[in-house]
Amino acid sequence: MIRDITLGQYYQTDSVVHRLDPRVKLIATLLFICSLFVVNQAAGYVVAVVFLALAIRLSHVPFRFMVRGMRAILFLLVLTFGFNLFLTPGEAVFQVWKLTVTREGITMAVKMAVRLSLLIIGSSVMTLTTTPNNLTDGLERLLKPLQKLRVPVHEIAMMMSIALRFIPILLEETDKIMKAQTARGASFDEGNLLQRAKSMVPLLVPLFISAFRRANDLAMAMEARCYRGGDGRTKMKPLHYEKRDYLTYVVLLAYFAVCIVIGRIMPWGRIF
Amino acid sequence: MALILDHVTYEYGRGTELLVRALNDVNLVIPDGQFIGLIGHTGSGKSTLVQHLNGLLAPTSGHIYYNGEDIHDKDFSRRRLRSKVGLVFQYPEHQLFETDVFTDVCFGPRNLGLDRKETELRAYEALKQVGLPDDCFYQPPFDLSGGQKRRVAIAGVLAMKPEVLVLDEPTAGLDPRGRDEILGLVASIREEQNITVILVSHSMDDVAEYVDRVVVMNKGSVCFDDTPKRVFAHREELETMGLSVPQVTDIMHALKKAGWDVGTDAITIEEAKEEILRRLK
Repeated sequence: MIRDITLGQYYQTDSVVHRLDPRVKLIATLLFICSLFVVNQAAGYVVAVVFLALAIRLSHVPFRFMVRGMRAILFLLVLTFGFNLFLTPGEAVFQVWKLTVTREGITMAVKMAVRLSLLIIGSSVMTLTTTPNNLTDGLERLLKPLQKLRVPVHEIAMMMSIALRFIPILLEETDKIMKAQTARGASFDEGNLLQRAKSMVPLLVPLFISAFRRANDLAMAMEARCYRGGDGRTKMKPLHYEKRDYLTYVVLLAYFAVCIVIGRIMPWGRIF
Repeated sequence: MALILDHVTYEYGRGTELLVRALNDVNLVIPDGQFIGLIGHTGSGKSTLVQHLNGLLAPTSGHIYYNGEDIHDKDFSRRRLRSKVGLVFQYPEHQLFETDVFTDVCFGPRNLGLDRKETELRAYEALKQVGLPDDCFYQPPFDLSGGQKRRVAIAGVLAMKPEVLVLDEPTAGLDPRGRDEILGLVASIREEQNITVILVSHSMDDVAEYVDRVVVMNKGSVCFDDTPKRVFAHREELETMGLSVPQVTDIMHALKKAGWDVGTDAITIEEAKEEILRRLK
């Protein structure tokens, strides 16, 4: 039933991208997203696509896993495409009923769709090649300077990793409670919206109770092991940069520089 | 009139690299009125098996028949089946959700579409059956003790008046007294209503005392299916599966090893006592 949903994004395999320091991957993703907005013409997007294709190739993750992430935003993608296509003012190309499609509209719609798709695929490369724990570790380390501003960086990272850890547990719990209530004659997919909402009560109440119970137990277990937040805490596997990480930074900077140059010297506004 | 499993195989995670065969060609006939102990080590497939009995899981291959009808036929009502085959899950108290005990027990019969009077009558009967004191009926279920909560959850299934009652490790997490109470309760329900009971457990002592028949599961297959006495005669094989025989049987074996001339087929304390007394005469 519900266990078939794959929420764990991580794809287990061994590749250069997997072995990279999570900080590098976080910054790379950020830079890649920025680069998508720096460039504004076909040449720029070609560079971005080539860069992304290279990263995917190196990650050894089958391409279909990348596309899987696209499915979730397909609706958003179609919506933005439609809005841009029909609502951008400019030189009319043709008309469907009351909607006018303009030259600018086509350009804008295609550009937005390309940007969004690249953005999603780019971030999936990160989540597919980094375990959630590594990701939060990297995030914690990157945000550390904010601690000076009294931002509870460690606590935020800890909450993130606990939340991520609990997703599969709660999914399993949901599956179990659903089965138990089904065994008592409940059904979760019949009737109108109101009836369906009502049928969720026997599922949600036990689920919340169990979530609270687990949270309580976890807090107790953490306290029993003298957890007191981030102060003076050391890591079992501290992050440190290797040669390949520095190399990646260099490649990244080169890529970003190219994007800026393309974005600057080529005229804005038009692609294709 | 019986529950029949015909070459049932079930696989988790089909189409991925994580394929696990949880059930492997299981054949069982469960006649009416029998008290069956289903035993197996953690991960032996016993929980997967019981979820097939009321159609929560559909076999990857094979068929399950209830009173001669295939339960996965298109025109077979699985909701009807779920009222006939009552399944009490592990830690059933985790499924309680209503504001008071009585309403919670009404959930099952209400789902069967019974009218209010019948629903409440059944809930009352079920709560009486599990021996819950009257003054607990209108309390929030979360205020009760662990053992009482479990009784309420069992009552929630009993109120549907099942013909087959399946209990998945009903004694898990209870103290010895709670354990004895729940097992005694199951035995008395079975006596009164003459229904089929399937008791899932990994404790031999739990089942030895009550059941007519023991089914032992190992790695998804049924490897013993016989009377308790005959199954527990396979002491070594059970041990290699990570299972044991009842403690008294172990004691009888130890006595024999120490040079006493006793039979080693006793599986309850009562039988062991008789055997030792016979020897001492």
